[in-house]
Amino acid sequence: MLNYIWFAIILLSVIAGTVTGKIDAVTEAAIASAETAVELSIGLIGIMALWLGIMKIAEESGLVDLIAKVVKPITLKLFPDVPPDHPAIGSIVLNMSANILGLGNAATPLGLKAMQELQEINPNKDTATDAMCMFLAINTSSVQLLLPATVVGLMGTSSSQVFLSTILATGLSTTTGIIAAKVLAKMKRFSLPSPAQE
Amino acid sequence: MLESVADIFNTGAKYVIPLLLCGIPFYGLVVKKVKVYEVFVDGAQEGFTIAVRIIPFLVAMLVAIGMFRASGMLDLLLVTLAPVLQLINFPPENLLLALMRPLSGSGSFGLLADLVEQYGPDSLTAKIGATMFGSTETTFYVLAVYFGSVGVKKIRYALFAGLMADLVGIFSAVYICQLLFA
Repeated sequence: MLNYIWFAIILLSVIAGTVTGKIDAVTEAAIASAETAVELSIGLIGIMALWLGIMKIAEESGLVDLIAKVVKPITLKLFPDVPPDHPAIGSIVLNMSANILGLGNAATPLGLKAMQELQEINPNKDTATDAMCMFLAINTSSVQLLLPATVVGLMGTSSSQVFLSTILATGLSTTTGIIAAKVLAKMKRFSLPSPAQE
Repeated sequence: MLESVADIFNTGAKYVIPLLLCGIPFYGLVVKKVKVYEVFVDGAQEGFTIAVRIIPFLVAMLVAIGMFRASGMLDLLLVTLAPVLQLINFPPENLLLALMRPLSGSGSFGLLADLVEQYGPDSLTAKIGATMFGSTETTFYVLAVYFGSVGVKKIRYALFAGLMADLVGIFSAVYICQLLFA
């Protein structure tokens, strides 16, 4: 699936660039973006190390298990394939908490930790599990409760109004993400394992 | 009332990270006798491996998105979609931000800043924009980084679910703001 989407984006870009006469910019963007991708990844190292270090302490001291236990009734419903005592649940919850609080910097390392733990119980290492898809559906729908500081800075006194509308819109988008993931998981064309998948 | 609640939340948010950075080692060391320094370093080690593993996935995704943005395809979409969206009361000023949001965080933030500058933070346009920005995510980037970090290449329905959530988030932002603030 991603193969077609990825190629379609590139193909459309080249066609549109030719039509609009921006083909030089397309070439430049391709090269510049490749560099940006590496810079972004390398730039993650410090913040990743910081939060993974703190996470390890939380794990060893039993904090993660404690949190996982508290939210068990919810996670059992969302991630039926993950054993409720699995460390992945703790990481998922911490990632979501960081997202809710608008702590984007902390959320990514915690989320990647969750992905690694989900990968441990994945029988097909190159294919996403239902739990991974559900986790990312919630994640990409933005479960943010607090506005990021950047938006507050931009909107000034309007922030409190936007705070309200954002919570409402986020609630709807996250609900959609969860329902979509649940429904799509049952569809034949996405069933697991399917060697026909591209 | 509303202002003070938001204020309390946003002031409290400033202390969340310091509290975590201090509270977790405190609990570990004082309550559970964990060797916090040694364990921290152990955990931090993984940061490098994960960051490096993401690189190829992020290159693939960001190159495609970068080309797409530079090609003027968004402007073409804007022209094509504008009349349709007028029918459903979708403000054309917010369309570019809506299209950009799943593709690029910095790009969509730039567009939001632009809206605020042009129309002012008190305008409906800016409020819709900020709500859109807050209620959706850079889906393509998140999927590339998260799946890339574990080497998953077949992502099944994750993109569809994410984009559906974005779509609902964007339309909710428009209609909720129109309902509340217009």
